[in-house]
Amino acid sequence: MSETPTRLSVFKTYKLYVGGKFPRSESGRVYEVVDSKGKWLANAPLSSRKDARDAVVAARKAFGGWAGATAYNRGQILYRIAEMLEGRRDQFVREVGEAEGLSKSKAGAVVDAAIDRWVWYAGWTDKIAQVVGGANPVAGPFFNLSTPEPTGVVTVLAPQDSSFLGLVSVVAPVIATGNTAIVIASEKAPLPALSLGEVLATSDLPGGVVNVLSGRTAEIAAPLAAHQDVNAIDLTGADAELARELEIAAADNLKRVLRAKAVDFTADPGTERLTAFLETKTVWHPTGSLGASGSAY
Amino acid sequence: MAMEKKTAAFEYAPAPESRSVVDIAPSYGLFIDGEFTEAADGKVFKTVSPSTEEVLSEVARAGAEDVDRAVKAARKAFEKWSALPGSERAKYLFRIARIIQERSRELAVLETLDNGKPIKETRDADLPLVAAHFFYYAGWADKLDHAGFGANPRPLGVAGQVIPWNFPLLMLAWKIAPALATGNTVVLKPAETTPLSALFFADICRQAGLPKGVVNILTGYGDAGRALVEHPDVNKVAFTGSTAVGKAIARSVAGTDKKVTLELGGKGANIVFDDAPIDQAVEGIVTGIFFNQGQVCCAGSRLLVQESIQDELLDSLKRRLSTLRLGDPLDKNTDIGAINSAEQLARITALTETGEAEGAERWSAPCELPSAGYWFAPTLFTNVTQAHTIARDEIFGPVLSVLSFRTPDEAVAKANNSQYGLSAGIWTEKGSRILAVANKLRAGVVWANTFNKFDPTSPFGGYKESGFGREGGRHGLEGYLDV
Repeated sequence: MSETPTRLSVFKTYKLYVGGKFPRSESGRVYEVVDSKGKWLANAPLSSRKDARDAVVAARKAFGGWAGATAYNRGQILYRIAEMLEGRRDQFVREVGEAEGLSKSKAGAVVDAAIDRWVWYAGWTDKIAQVVGGANPVAGPFFNLSTPEPTGVVTVLAPQDSSFLGLVSVVAPVIATGNTAIVIASEKAPLPALSLGEVLATSDLPGGVVNVLSGRTAEIAAPLAAHQDVNAIDLTGADAELARELEIAAADNLKRVLRAKAVDFTADPGTERLTAFLETKTVWHPTGSLGASGSAY
Repeated sequence: MAMEKKTAAFEYAPAPESRSVVDIAPSYGLFIDGEFTEAADGKVFKTVSPSTEEVLSEVARAGAEDVDRAVKAARKAFEKWSALPGSERAKYLFRIARIIQERSRELAVLETLDNGKPIKETRDADLPLVAAHFFYYAGWADKLDHAGFGANPRPLGVAGQVIPWNFPLLMLAWKIAPALATGNTVVLKPAETTPLSALFFADICRQAGLPKGVVNILTGYGDAGRALVEHPDVNKVAFTGSTAVGKAIARSVAGTDKKVTLELGGKGANIVFDDAPIDQAVEGIVTGIFFNQGQVCCAGSRLLVQESIQDELLDSLKRRLSTLRLGDPLDKNTDIGAINSAEQLARITALTETGEAEGAERWSAPCELPSAGYWFAPTLFTNVTQAHTIARDEIFGPVLSVLSFRTPDEAVAKANNSQYGLSAGIWTEKGSRILAVANKLRAGVVWANTFNKFDPTSPFGGYKESGFGREGGRHGLEGYLDV
């Protein structure tokens, strides 16, 4: 890097990712993002309430198609995200290192784990229904089947500290099962999340399935927690007081709430985040009867 | 078409079930720590039979102090109860299931007296399901390692449970059976209009030798329910009731570690396609909205009928409704019993008046209403639009709103156009259409070519503002485990 400076590098303008496009905040606002030592990295969009509402519209519009896609197809796309990330590994190692103050090797381990997490959830898309659903042996002549379905539009407050592995760990399970997401990036370290938007946009993920907003977490989360067209909220990135306020607002339309708690994102994620945003649908149908013809076996 | 009362050939002689199988004491206390005790402030309230307005008994009215006492008893009992081997907890639950079976006629009569629903329903639906529910969860108590929640899943602690008046003993079973199987202890508040069967259940716990404090029953009003839900030493809140109260509960537990399951209101769409067998569909519509006088959260209260068969279907439906027998709930031939309370009757009456005022056309089955008690004739509304109050709000009474549709897409869009998402029905002979429509409906329970079927193995619960969490089946364990 210290060779003769013959060329000035090109900075990236970090933008939001909403409905498959990369808009600036409609407010025109930005805020300074600095690295762990206080050095300026970029101006990130400071999202407004209107940006949040636009993201809900995009997420709702995408929901039917994404929830209706085959589980196999969703798995293919999640795996494609891992492939795209692998190809841009160096970029993310640099961004995560700057965001979290990690050495190159430590940041590399974080990015590798994040890529592997996409692979883990890619494999879950067509298995979770068999694990949590199934036939129910009711005491009557009925076919009875319970299947999980996505809850709908989910607001995700990404973790504040784990700007990339944590982010992937909370977003991937939400969309693996067919939900669409509005993600509020880590307030102080939003750049890996904004760059993830560029990966998602080139991974065959339909626009609107994941929408990434940067800015003040509390400012963006409040209208989303109260929004009548949002079905669930993951409070991971909220402190205790904000989490309580958001949970109260979320009760207005009985959003499903995943409460904030300390998470070790390097550990086996289990299925908790997959099942947090699933509904169970149980379908009954009479079986009729062909009479006692057991002797035919 | 002719709507006159059916001829004498269809009349039945009175066939009342005997009241003598149940002995209701003139007064009851709260059941705390294995003992019946008066409320701390000595308050009581009366419970009446909604079909006659006769006072059945006077029961203690719990206040905040009683709630605290009951939670303390449950907390104390939790240590030993949760440490019992699952196989031992199972046997207590099997005992309870068996005693319920033994006493089921007594409990059916009691429930009919206190709730007003027909004996046919308490005898053939409520009580068999109550016993089956305990039997089902008894079997889970020593198999939790294999339930898919990881090894050795732990109970939460003290469960505060608040249940409604429409299926008093069945809702108690849905709450208490999974809670005890998983090793929690319980404080349960039955509804103020139907306290008796829960108090009889307390006696069953004593007969079963259940350790004291494992189940505590607090009779009382909403203030006691609120005190229970908000008690800081309650770890789990389970509520079945209105969406408005459900939202208040969701707010009150915000910022706590309390685990919550809510089973709330509904406005179920019962969709009839043009190829449906009309007679079966009519029976399903009747079951959907007139079972338990329509006081069912998963009632099929919106009939969506394909336009081409609307007239034929409504003619058949009205003819069928004219044969429903409304009257003495203890009569074994009664189809439609009493509305549970004067308050609920007033709500149903007000909503149907709104229906007429907003321009829907009302039709009520021609039947004589008894002079005492709370009664409402089976009623349907036509000319209903999606904007009408009676198409949106839960009436919780024997009132059906009829809307029509032309295409399956329109049916799905109308069915899903609701803040609720608890139940739905589909009537068609075409299998692929059943599956396609069922797939698109945002509802927790979909009955195809049937309606209002329940089973302890079958998870029940809503989408959207009908609540969250599931009761019944393996799924029903999750709400009582720290997973």
